[in-house]
Amino acid sequence: MNSQFALQSLILRTAAHFLLPLLLIFSVFLLLRGHNEPGGGFIAGLVAASAVALYMFAVDVRSAKRVLRFEPRDLMGWGLLVGVISGVPAVFVGQPFFTSQWLELKLPLLGELKVGTPLLFDVGVYLVVIGAVLLILLSLAEAEGKTDHHHGGG
Amino acid sequence: MGVLLAVLSGFVIAAVAPWVHRGLGRHGGWVLAALPAALFIYFASFLPGLGEAEGGRFILEYDWIPSLGIQLSFLVDGLSLLFALLISGIGFFVVAYAGRYLEGHRDLGRFYVLILAFMASMLGLVLSSNLISLFVFWELTSITSYLLIGYNHEDAKARKSALQGLFVTVAGGLALLTGLIMMALVGGSYELHELLTSGDIFREHDWYMGILLLVLLGCFTKSAQYPFHFWLPNAMAAPTPVSAYLHSATMVKAGVYLMARLNPSLGGTEAWMLLLGLFGAVTMFVGVFLSLRSTGIKQLLAYSTVMALGTLTMLIGVGSETAMLAAMAFLLAHSLYKGALFLVAGILDHEAGCKDILQTGGLRRALPVTTAFAGLAALSLAGVLPALGFVAKELLFEAVLEAPALAGLLSILAVVSAMMVVAVAAIIGIRPWYGPRADTPKRPAHEAPPALLAGPVVLASLGLLFGLGAGWVDQGLISWAAAAVYGAPVSPYLSLWHGFNLPLLLSGVSLALGLLLYLNWERFRRFTGFMEVANRYGPEAAYEKSMSGMVWLSGWQTRVLQNGYLRYYLLTILVSTVGLVMVTLFTRTDVNIDLDLSGILVHEAFIVAVLLMAALVSVTTRSRLGAVASLGAVGFCVALIYVLFSAADVGITQVLVETLTVIMLVLVLFRLPGFLGLTPMALRIRDALIALAVGTMMAVLKLAASTTQYADSISDYFIQESQPSGYGRNIVNVILVDFRALDTLGEIVVLALAAVGVYAMIKFRAEDRK
Repeated sequence: MNSQFALQSLILRTAAHFLLPLLLIFSVFLLLRGHNEPGGGFIAGLVAASAVALYMFAVDVRSAKRVLRFEPRDLMGWGLLVGVISGVPAVFVGQPFFTSQWLELKLPLLGELKVGTPLLFDVGVYLVVIGAVLLILLSLAEAEGKTDHHHGGG
Repeated sequence: MGVLLAVLSGFVIAAVAPWVHRGLGRHGGWVLAALPAALFIYFASFLPGLGEAEGGRFILEYDWIPSLGIQLSFLVDGLSLLFALLISGIGFFVVAYAGRYLEGHRDLGRFYVLILAFMASMLGLVLSSNLISLFVFWELTSITSYLLIGYNHEDAKARKSALQGLFVTVAGGLALLTGLIMMALVGGSYELHELLTSGDIFREHDWYMGILLLVLLGCFTKSAQYPFHFWLPNAMAAPTPVSAYLHSATMVKAGVYLMARLNPSLGGTEAWMLLLGLFGAVTMFVGVFLSLRSTGIKQLLAYSTVMALGTLTMLIGVGSETAMLAAMAFLLAHSLYKGALFLVAGILDHEAGCKDILQTGGLRRALPVTTAFAGLAALSLAGVLPALGFVAKELLFEAVLEAPALAGLLSILAVVSAMMVVAVAAIIGIRPWYGPRADTPKRPAHEAPPALLAGPVVLASLGLLFGLGAGWVDQGLISWAAAAVYGAPVSPYLSLWHGFNLPLLLSGVSLALGLLLYLNWERFRRFTGFMEVANRYGPEAAYEKSMSGMVWLSGWQTRVLQNGYLRYYLLTILVSTVGLVMVTLFTRTDVNIDLDLSGILVHEAFIVAVLLMAALVSVTTRSRLGAVASLGAVGFCVALIYVLFSAADVGITQVLVETLTVIMLVLVLFRLPGFLGLTPMALRIRDALIALAVGTMMAVLKLAASTTQYADSISDYFIQESQPSGYGRNIVNVILVDFRALDTLGEIVVLALAAVGVYAMIKFRAEDRK
């Protein structure tokens, strides 16, 4: 094992650079289509998290954190906040908390689009799942790197 | 809004008190004391109207939560007015006194907050007509008392005493709450003014004994009745104004108030008379006995307060018209002289630095005014003609002599106690002031300032004036209060002179013997030295033991339940789940398992076979990586089954979760030491059996669930409504984010918490290794 837990494979490393954005876009796609087709916030979050995990294995932990830009802890917090906020609009129209609210938009090129609070909620789920999984994975990998380093490459 | 405003004003002023104190400095005490003074005048204005009010009482109701039909209601009658006047009147002197007594103390602002909040709570308690609001105020007085006893919070003894007082009174409070709710259920109302007229309903109800014991437990702990008396002397750790106010004149009488208040509903039975009479009489005797044994000034006064509380309880138990009059007169007299004497004790401490009676002596020249009014208050305490204490003592003797039960016993105890009280009065009224000048810790340079003297002077003088004008006080207030307790009109009876009769004789005898006892005080303390042994086995020792017992018990159960071994947690959870589910399944339901294997296709059977093999490998392999890999195989097989049975979403999730789990396991694997077969065979067999039992349980449960239908499945509703009201064709997702969004929110919160937990664990381990 090397100190940063990466697999030191040139092919994987090169592939990871391409796969990461593709997988992230795919996760957003899954998130958005989730209401009608298989997908949704939970699955999309897992896909996004696996994408970063792949990058972590292929390159190293520090680069994976840099690519992520946000602290996983913050992602979880924002996700929970978004999730709770999505329940609020219902209160203002006198319905019970979390009753879904929908808006029908007629966009010039895309046609009719329904936007609702459930989508917002799904975004919250998405963020929490990414945050939770990566928080565990990254800190595990980081701790591992440190220990190995300490013991001279274990 | 009058009464409501009167009760709440204390809380409002308490909230701004620190700024008043900061802004006005040493005059803050007098300014803040204006509130109790105004309240006193307000409550006094009710007095003339009592005669015209229906039943001698006013009922005031305010909407509190109108949508639920909950009202905040107040009951103003003789009893509540007597208390309200004492609370606001003595409150005035105490707040003004504290401003000077605690001058320069860095927490004086906080003291004002607490004492005013206490005053408001106490007013709320005695004026409430609603049982629930009464209880809330009751507990508020316990909490403010706790904070005030622990005012010098850097002193470990003060903290300990505060906690002791809180535990004892709040434990009683819990019992009281239960008792009050039971009362409301029996009486069909939470309003005191409705319950008080329906006494027979309670006395004949099966729950009567339960209600009585629970309510009395609350009252006895609050009013420091034997064997719960020990917290009160310890509460003297509080600053002296607090002792004078809470632990003598007002709060400790809350229990007495409630017993008096509920007398029309719960009183008049044999159980009531015996319980109150006996506990009261014993408390009275034990209190005055311990008072005579103490030399600490506040200690001595505290025990004599215990004696007074016992006397009041006993009188309420006796229950006759005379007894009620005696109780109310005694209550008034006691609050006046004991308030005055505590404030005098504070002056002794403040000016001469004396906390113990043996340190004092010959202070009359230095403190002439204090000497005079301490003597006056002591006269009332001793029950010497013409003070109000004398009137009360006469009535007390008359009431116990005519008591319907236990008259002999109560009379003997009352006379012996009265004799000892005379000695106590002499100790506080004579000993510090006369005789040779003692070498006190501080030499008083001059008489105490007006703020400190105002309370003792006025309260002690009132004790004398009310004695002289006993009939007038009786007609104005005491007989109204007694009527509220008695539950029927009471004709005024108080007067200074009832002629030569047995009570007067007993009064004279107790006075003479008491003075004799005072002269032999040191001998008395020496002779009763053996009583120290009782400390080791008394109620306080029992309290200490039960406290340390509770700590031991919680330590023990934590060690057993929270042992820190994951394997034992799992074992406990799994075994109890299997046990409970199986028992319920076979005793409460008729399990009907319909196992039909005919429809299984070849590829399905193949997947199941692979799954089983992978599971077997994962538990038998001797390589960690192999175990992880085969567990992954199990997961993927399960995912495959989901997909086959068209649960695409669940299948995808399973695959992803499985992938990430394997990654995490791999990351963790490297941290573990080499694989060793340390567990003996017997343990492995036990674990295998448990695993099999859990698996069997789940299988049985699943099969039973698919053949038994208790209610219509909700899936049909979701399938129907998903598109029209959820605007989504993916039912699983619509359920997650719309129909059951709140559940999902809970789940993601749990997920986040779990992640934070794992993160903390990893980080702390990493920190440790550095």
